[in-house]
Amino acid sequence: MTVNPGGWRPDAPKVEAGSTLTYTGNRALMLEEPLIFEIGTTETTGVDFSPLPFRGGVGGEQDGALRASDNPLSQSSPLKRRGPTDRLGGLHRAVPIGLPGLSEPEAVRHYTRLSRQNYAIDLGLFPLGSCTMKHNPRLNEKIARLPGFADLHPLAPIDTVQGALAVIHELGHWLVTLTGMHSVAMSPKAGAHGELCGVLAIRAALEAKGEGHRKTILVPESAHGTNPATAAFAGYSVEAIPATAEGRVDLAALEARLGPDVAGVMITNPNTCGLFERDMKAISDAVHAAGGFVYCDGANFNAIVGRVRPGDLGIDAMHINLHKTFSTPHGGGGPGAGPVVFSEALAPFAPLPFVEKTAEGTYRLVEEETVAHRHSDSFGRMTAFHGQMGMFTRALAYILSHGADGLRQVSGDAVLNANYVLRSLEDVLDAPFAAAGPCMHEALFSDKGFAEGFSTLDVAKALIDEGFHPMTVYFPLVVHGAMLVEPTETESKAALDQFIGALRRIAERARAGDLSLKAAPVEAPRRRLDETLAARRPRLVWTEPGPA
Amino acid sequence: MTRFFTEEHEWIEVDGDSATIGITDHAQSQLGDIVFVEVPKPGTVLRKGQEAAVVESVKAASDVYAPVSGTVTEGNTAIEDNPALVNSAAEGEGWFFRLTLSDPTELDGLMDEPAYRDFAASQG
Amino acid sequence: MRYLPLTDTDRAAMLEVVGAPSIDALFADVPEEARLAGPVEGLPNHASEMAVERHMTALAAKNLAAGSVPFFLGAGAYRHHIPASVDHLIQRGEFLTSYTPYQPEIAQGTLQMLFEFQTQVARLYGCEVANASMYDGSTACWEAVTMARRVTRRRKALLSNGLHPHYVSVVRTMAGFTEDEVAYTPPALSVETDLEALAAAIDDDTSCVVVQYPDILGRIADLAPLAEAAHARGALFVAVVTEPVALGAIRSPGEMGADIVVGEGQSLGVGLQFGGPYLGLFATREKFVRQMPGRLCGETVDAEGKRGFVLTLSTREQHIRREKATSNICTNSGLCALAFSIHLTLLGEKGLRQLAGLNHALACAAAERLSRVPGVELVTPTFFNEFTLRLPRETRPLVRALADRGVLAGVSLGRLYPDGDGRENGLVVAVTETVTAEDIEAYASALEEVLA
Repeated sequence: MTVNPGGWRPDAPKVEAGSTLTYTGNRALMLEEPLIFEIGTTETTGVDFSPLPFRGGVGGEQDGALRASDNPLSQSSPLKRRGPTDRLGGLHRAVPIGLPGLSEPEAVRHYTRLSRQNYAIDLGLFPLGSCTMKHNPRLNEKIARLPGFADLHPLAPIDTVQGALAVIHELGHWLVTLTGMHSVAMSPKAGAHGELCGVLAIRAALEAKGEGHRKTILVPESAHGTNPATAAFAGYSVEAIPATAEGRVDLAALEARLGPDVAGVMITNPNTCGLFERDMKAISDAVHAAGGFVYCDGANFNAIVGRVRPGDLGIDAMHINLHKTFSTPHGGGGPGAGPVVFSEALAPFAPLPFVEKTAEGTYRLVEEETVAHRHSDSFGRMTAFHGQMGMFTRALAYILSHGADGLRQVSGDAVLNANYVLRSLEDVLDAPFAAAGPCMHEALFSDKGFAEGFSTLDVAKALIDEGFHPMTVYFPLVVHGAMLVEPTETESKAALDQFIGALRRIAERARAGDLSLKAAPVEAPRRRLDETLAARRPRLVWTEPGPA
Repeated sequence: MTRFFTEEHEWIEVDGDSATIGITDHAQSQLGDIVFVEVPKPGTVLRKGQEAAVVESVKAASDVYAPVSGTVTEGNTAIEDNPALVNSAAEGEGWFFRLTLSDPTELDGLMDEPAYRDFAASQG
Repeated sequence: MRYLPLTDTDRAAMLEVVGAPSIDALFADVPEEARLAGPVEGLPNHASEMAVERHMTALAAKNLAAGSVPFFLGAGAYRHHIPASVDHLIQRGEFLTSYTPYQPEIAQGTLQMLFEFQTQVARLYGCEVANASMYDGSTACWEAVTMARRVTRRRKALLSNGLHPHYVSVVRTMAGFTEDEVAYTPPALSVETDLEALAAAIDDDTSCVVVQYPDILGRIADLAPLAEAAHARGALFVAVVTEPVALGAIRSPGEMGADIVVGEGQSLGVGLQFGGPYLGLFATREKFVRQMPGRLCGETVDAEGKRGFVLTLSTREQHIRREKATSNICTNSGLCALAFSIHLTLLGEKGLRQLAGLNHALACAAAERLSRVPGVELVTPTFFNEFTLRLPRETRPLVRALADRGVLAGVSLGRLYPDGDGRENGLVVAVTETVTAEDIEAYASALEEVLA
């Protein structure tokens, strides 16, 4: 045989990307995946069961041991053949359910392939403003899965769950101390549920004072949508508080609106423009003087944790998103956890249940049963059981890891990273409030200066092609074409520099009117999706395709 | 027949004591692709300024307020079935509802077409 | 500080770009008197991974894990075996550390999973459509009541006495603020349900009737007559399912005429976790979809015509509709929905029916054995995997005495209904596929001992 001494190889043919359709539709590591309804069958299962642990029928001694694969309720089962042996009262589910199954290898492949169509913090920078997408430490996952936490029933006898109650109590102590507040309600399931908890406590407190006629909650226009939705859900009407030109609450306008019909205000601090509300204490004092309460949306607590205690600013209630500030994973949209810290004035109205430490050093759970003589002003129960225990263990592990000094560094680095992004890009992206001073944990830009026809959406989609998750777009509503960038403290300088470089290039293209931006993303698993079609003809469940 | 316009970007075409109401072409272009419409049922009594219909695009939801008072005689179910009609013919086939005017004096002070076009242009 | 990548050199270089002398200077907008000079006082400083693990493991060790003893607790939270691949798959970083799929081009994994989940839930419940999850069963139950108010424009909800008392508590708490009327009386320790009484109580102000199935005592009954009665008066029929595995054995609420079916999905994939995070399931008829709370995933196509999925009908939600939204919910239970969906996909219809059959057969065996203990009476002759016993004495101390003997015997009704009235002698016993014959025998022997 001859050797190719020159190292010659055939040239790779030059082909336009995407011009060759593969047989599978796959593109190397980008793998298409059908729905379970298209690949599974109702006869397939990926779970084996142990046989019934006794011979014969239910509790009986007759012949006919059940095999592991038998369904005791099926007509062919040895149990069934001996006559009616069930206690279902004739309510058998006779018609097919239509649930496809996959064997374990198929299931692992299906979900692994799906996972690869997702962007994630584990893959790169995820600068969603107001969402605090920080690294999720894996120690927390390990801790949450200890059987002593994960395999506990919520109604197990209290003396068998003392360690779990200790976790709730210890985390609560951290939250109260870090915020400088009086007490904490741990049961709310997420931020919006926490908001509801706070607003209901305000309403209960007002009703207890005979001030139930106060029916209005004031909310800044820049607020998260959950704020007005929560106030309405709690039975209040909502009025907007105007903002100043520099993006903060207009104190004079707020004071002018306060009166005997106002139950309270809901203020996000730091606010959704990424700015600290300098007048917070004055706002609180004015609201209190007018007989109302102050709710603080704590979604942005990551900016100030360990440095500022909201209790020092006159706040009456604030929820804390454990899935933001305290790093429990977002999981593609939850679960979250939204404990609420209270001032002394609102503390008696906090919801059930809660954990108390006894004089003997044990823990007890205050529920409906004991509430009448120990916590009679509680406004009631917001959820079954005790809250998001699986998030409490993770958050406590995170908090203990950082400690008081580390948490102070967390907010410091988060704010430094945001300011670094702001100052590195303000020459190519309009930053409406940048002149007023440093931002907090997020940098806000607008679409001002883009060429005609180019929008924030185009910039966001182009970031996808650069391998980043886009920032929060079109929020807050008070800024046109808003882009809200929250890098968080867990990004390195190198990661930020790369992001800044990519966003700078995209911003320049948007200013120049580079039409290729309109096509973005071209490299993602999917191009831009038709949301209009989805909404006009909603297909929310899979149905068998009809005959062609 | 006379056509009036409101600052809320609605048009009203009056024929005797009957009025046909829809949203303007400017309004539909601001909303973008319309995906859902809900119109009032016949017999609904509306006061001026009351929420009468709902129009939604993918990213926005708006209420259509009754620009005048009256009793609804007909809702345009064609746009409920095919919301895209509001995008393609906002000031024609994409009308929302008809009502019998209860107070024709409410029409006083509404804009005519040239005045509205100037107003809409000034809104950007 | 292992979670913080910036070095002091980085910080100095970045401060130079920012034009600030120090990190503290970036907090200039915070009034001086509110700024802490150093770390918050009274709290420890940072700790190593090993130290944190040691502390948390010590706390975990103070709990009696369900799997370490014969275990029979239910009442809204059920212990099932979860295949190992479920937990492995939900810990893939692309699922675990992703956000709500607001950018669909790079979130098709989560979106397709949600579309599959919605279809699975709708089919399990016998409904036309389902949403992408709520916090848990109890909050989903309240959302169903508010949705019925929106659909019917009426404000009176009738709750069955078989509804989980925590769910009742949530509905009552919320209704107290929204000025909805709620009718409810606690159950007697009896085989008789209140379905006929509820049917008779429906009037023209009734927005909905809410019935749990199987109910808090484990009872199951045909819901169709009550659904018909509700519809005849223009009210909605809401069914609550706290044990989804039951629907592998018994008829779905949708088949029996339910307009809204809500429930807890924790049984599949999620685990006990001392009560949370859990998974609220919510399904209804297609015609009510715009009145539904929560996120919805829908099918569409991309610019090249490929099938893809997006969050849709968002105009119902708080970030667009604000104070007029159908609910204030934002973050839901995404990862729990994934765990549920994977577990149900591994089971498939065949596996789910087999699992349900095993649960029922074991529960029948346990009921038969325990009711042979002298003084013990089976209150509920029909049930799925959970039944109620009447004991000769108050059950709360008995449950504690049994725990001392290493058996977690069930949920005492005295804990769920502190007002007594005969219920204090009731014990709700759940039996899943995790229970062995030895567990049942150990339970029976221990019960004989404590009652002797």
